[in-house]
Amino acid sequence: MNAFVAILRRDLLLAMRRKSEMLTALFFFMIVVSLFPLGIGPETALLRRIAPGVLWVAALLAAMLSLNRLFAADHQDGTLEQMALSPTPLALLVSGKVLAHWLTAGLPLVLLAPVLGLQFDLSSRALGILMLSLLLGTPLLSLIGAIGAALTLGVRGGGVLLSLLVLPLYIPALIFGAGAVEADMAGLGAGGHLSLLGALLALGLFFAPWATTAALRIALE
Amino acid sequence: MLQAHGLACVRGDRRLFSGVDLAVAPGQWLQVEGANGAGKTSLLRILAGLSPAADGRIEWEGRPVTDVRDDFHARLLYLGHAPAIKDDLSALENLQSAAAVGGRPLDEATALTALRRIGLKGREDLPSRVLSQGQKRRVALARLLCGQARLWVLDEPFVALDVGAVDMLCGILDEHIGRGGMLIFTSHQAVQLQGNGARLELTK
Repeated sequence: MNAFVAILRRDLLLAMRRKSEMLTALFFFMIVVSLFPLGIGPETALLRRIAPGVLWVAALLAAMLSLNRLFAADHQDGTLEQMALSPTPLALLVSGKVLAHWLTAGLPLVLLAPVLGLQFDLSSRALGILMLSLLLGTPLLSLIGAIGAALTLGVRGGGVLLSLLVLPLYIPALIFGAGAVEADMAGLGAGGHLSLLGALLALGLFFAPWATTAALRIALE
Repeated sequence: MLQAHGLACVRGDRRLFSGVDLAVAPGQWLQVEGANGAGKTSLLRILAGLSPAADGRIEWEGRPVTDVRDDFHARLLYLGHAPAIKDDLSALENLQSAAAVGGRPLDEATALTALRRIGLKGREDLPSRVLSQGQKRRVALARLLCGQARLWVLDEPFVALDVGAVDMLCGILDEHIGRGGMLIFTSHQAVQLQGNGARLELTK
C-alpha cells in the first residue's frame, strides 16, 4: 500500500511541476465545448438537445490527450522497470498511476463541465446529472485508456493508434453518460443509465489494472 | 544464492547466447563481459526477471525464481541503463520515491546522508534536469546506499562516472560484498574488486 501512495504522490507531484500539460487538456475541453454554441447560434432548444453529447464527446477527447504520456515517460527513463521489479504487485502500482491520471485529467473536467453546460442553457438539475455521469464515467475513461496506453507503448505513431484503439472502447461510457442527462431531461429519470455506468466502472476497476499490467509486461520484454 | 542453468536468449531470429551457467553465493561478485551486442544487458534483465529466458532456469535460494518472485524482488536491487530519474523531481525526491516504489520507504535523513556520501552535497534539492549525466548516475547509485537488498544487479554502473566516483563506487561494492552481499554487474572497464569474484565471458 505504501508503494501505491508513493506512486500516486509522485505522479501528482510531477503533474504539478508540469502544469502546462494538464492545462492544455483542460483548455482544449473548454474551447471545443464553447465552439458549438458559437457555431450554432442562440437556438436554446437545439443547444439543450445536443449539450450532453457535445460535453461528453469533448470530455472523451480531452481525457485522451494526456493518455500517451501515461506510461511513455516511465518507460523511457527506466522507472517502469523499477515498478515491475517492486515487491508490490504491478497492478497496484498501475492503479496508483491511473488514479493520479484521473485526478489530474478527469476530475478537472467533472468540475468544469457544469460551468460550460451553462452555455447550452441546461437546467441546474440537468447540470447535476451531467456532473454525476462524468464523475462515474471519467474514471472509466482513465482505466480503459491505461490499457490502450500500455498496449501502444513503444510503438511508432502510438498516439494515433492509441485513439483508434481506445475511442471505440469509450462508446459504452459515452452512450450511458450522455444518455443519463438526456433521459433525465425527457423526464424518464437517469437512474438506469447511471447504474449501468456504475456497473461498468466497477468492472473496469477490477479488470483494467490486470489487463494494463499484462500489456506493460509485454512492452518490457 | 542465485543460480542459473543453461540460460539462452533469442532476439528476433538471432541467438545471442545459450548454455550460460552461473552461480553467485553470498560474498561473491560476478562480472559479465562480452563485446557490444553480446547480450550482457539481456542476460541481466533475464536474471532480474524483467524478460523471460528462451531456455534454461534460474533459482533463488535453491527454488525456481518464478515460485519465489516476491521474495526475490524484495531482496533484489536492479539498476539498468536508464537511471530511472525524473527530470522534474529533485535528487532527494527521486531517491525517496524510487525507494518507496521498491517497497523500502526512506526517511529524509537517511536519503540525505546517502546523497551526501555519493557526492551530491548541496545539490539535493535541485531539479534533476540541471544535473549532469554523471550526477544523475550518482542519484541512481545512491539507492545502493540505502537499501537492504542482498543481490545487486548493475548494468554498466561505471558509465559516465569520473575517476573519483569510480573509486568511490568500487568501495561501496567492496563493502556490500564484505557484508555478505551478492553482486552481478557488467562493465567494459577492468575493475578491481576485493573478495571472491568471477568473470563470465559471453560468446555465441
